[in-house]
Amino acid sequence: MPTTANAAPALADVTTSDSTLRRFLHGLPGVDAVGLEARAASLGTRSIKTTAKAYAIDLAISMVDLTTLEGADTPGKVRALGAKAVHPDPTDRTTPATAAVCVYPDMVATAKEAVAGSAVKVASVATAFPAGRAPLGVKLADVREAVAAGADEIDMVIDRGAFLAGRYLKVYEEIRAVKEASGAARLKVIFETGELSTYDNIRRASWLGMLAGADFIKTSTGKVAVNATPANTLLMLEAVRDFRAQTGIQVGVKPAGGIRTSKDAIKFLVLVNETVGEDWLDNHWFRFGASSLLNDLLMQRQKLATGRYSGPDYVTVD
Amino acid sequence: MSDKTEKTERLSVFKTYKLYVGGKFPRSESGRVYEVTDSKGKWLANAPQSSRKDARDAVVAARKAFGGWAGATAYLRGQILYRVAEMLEGRRDQFVREVADAEGLSKSKAALQVDAAIDRWVWYAGWTDKIAQVVGGGNPVAGPFFNLSTPEPTGVVAVLAPQESSFLGLVSVIAPVIATGNTAVVIASEQSPLPALSLGEVLATSDLPGGVVNVLSGRTAEIAAPLAAHQDVNAIDLTGADEVLAKELEIAAADNLKRVVRPQAVDYFGPPGIERLTAFLETKTVWHPTGSLGASGSSY
Repeated sequence: MPTTANAAPALADVTTSDSTLRRFLHGLPGVDAVGLEARAASLGTRSIKTTAKAYAIDLAISMVDLTTLEGADTPGKVRALGAKAVHPDPTDRTTPATAAVCVYPDMVATAKEAVAGSAVKVASVATAFPAGRAPLGVKLADVREAVAAGADEIDMVIDRGAFLAGRYLKVYEEIRAVKEASGAARLKVIFETGELSTYDNIRRASWLGMLAGADFIKTSTGKVAVNATPANTLLMLEAVRDFRAQTGIQVGVKPAGGIRTSKDAIKFLVLVNETVGEDWLDNHWFRFGASSLLNDLLMQRQKLATGRYSGPDYVTVD
Repeated sequence: MSDKTEKTERLSVFKTYKLYVGGKFPRSESGRVYEVTDSKGKWLANAPQSSRKDARDAVVAARKAFGGWAGATAYLRGQILYRVAEMLEGRRDQFVREVADAEGLSKSKAALQVDAAIDRWVWYAGWTDKIAQVVGGGNPVAGPFFNLSTPEPTGVVAVLAPQESSFLGLVSVIAPVIATGNTAVVIASEQSPLPALSLGEVLATSDLPGGVVNVLSGRTAEIAAPLAAHQDVNAIDLTGADEVLAKELEIAAADNLKRVVRPQAVDYFGPPGIERLTAFLETKTVWHPTGSLGASGSSY
């Protein structure tokens, strides 16, 4: 039984047993769903124009975890993605690089080679992504292989089955074990918010993940119907804000899946700025898990630079 | 109840004219409208006054529709264009009224315009699967190749509809663009956009996939400028632009080498010819090896 939460000494006692953990998570204030959605929607109406827009677009590009998670991924595709991550727009070298490329564990070595010599990191999904339905030993082996291949970041999925069944300590211990297996790699914990069914569950999962030592909490895998929404991201941002207020530990947030347009991305940046402030407006603390978003950001960037609307002919086909 | 109840005056239902973009009927993103009057200055309706963002959205819709429409068989495109004519026939009275109001014509003169416009759809519907034979074909080449030229659609075409001929002229510039597999973003006549906006309703019920034709109303110069400069528009028909505007737009259009059709005086009642069809086609030529020539001089 883990008796010390490495992350949060202030909250060490809540993880001593399944019942204390449950008492703590269920003691979190309930989420006002209507208020949350209204708040997210009203922040989404901010008008971001001209220089602020240019800043937001560059910031968003630098926060993209350029992702390819398909069964049909080839080494060639991963190399192309790596090249794109390093120089998103080869015709304009002032374009910032993306934060990372995100691939399956067996592609980590290829991706690492493709981004060698740049600041772009390699993130690997692991722990039987996306379902997470595998024995713990297999999940940990998955993580160790990815780290050994050079992954800088590990994106794990929680065991939603255990979480929904109320076995919070099992989920907690699994995250702890994965954290340990990740070593120096930063750990992103994916909750798959679309499968957690309620906002209360998302808040509980956020706290659970942070207590267990997550470096990042991430909304979704991008493989289910409901992915990152402004509301569930706002909720997670509130959780990391409250967690830092209580423990002094800063945790990153990564919405993933379903963010396809610059407009959406900028709405998320407004949420970040208004909820947790400038400390998180950096790709060390906030990321977008996306693939097609980058092309839209680049087209918008070209529009701002030239004054003419750009088109899909002027960005890569991924 | 007595039979003598006086006939209550019915409040007529006013139609809200809306844009036609991507198969839907949105208002302008800007929320603006402008007053449309008949030729004598009497108010007819408010039409949406599109902004450059509406133009951008229309191009996105047109680009999205392009693959499917260009890839559809010429036969199917012909069937759908013919269907447009069928649908128009059913709404003939409405269009006669709108054209009469817009252009200050008598009912009978307006009816001539509408009939000619319906016939024009049929005419272009017939051309969809014949244009390839006329402007394409096998080329004799000195080598063991089968050499074939086929006309291909250009892509997204921005169309500035004629300012004067609000319906016949409109149809005469839209139908040839889509007959060959292009998709269109149409800027309706600035003074009389109502027939064009009503045409959107006909197109929406004619099996024409959403986004193949997108109709915008508003200030022609305001909407045309971003379209002419848009990097994802492949051709522009300047029919509805005056001389000064046309020159400006042509300069902007040169940036990504758009095909440009300059404004010219046209009698829309005359035989249309195929110039408007070929204006938005490009020729693809393939060389297909047939094997080396045998001793007899033939590979067969």
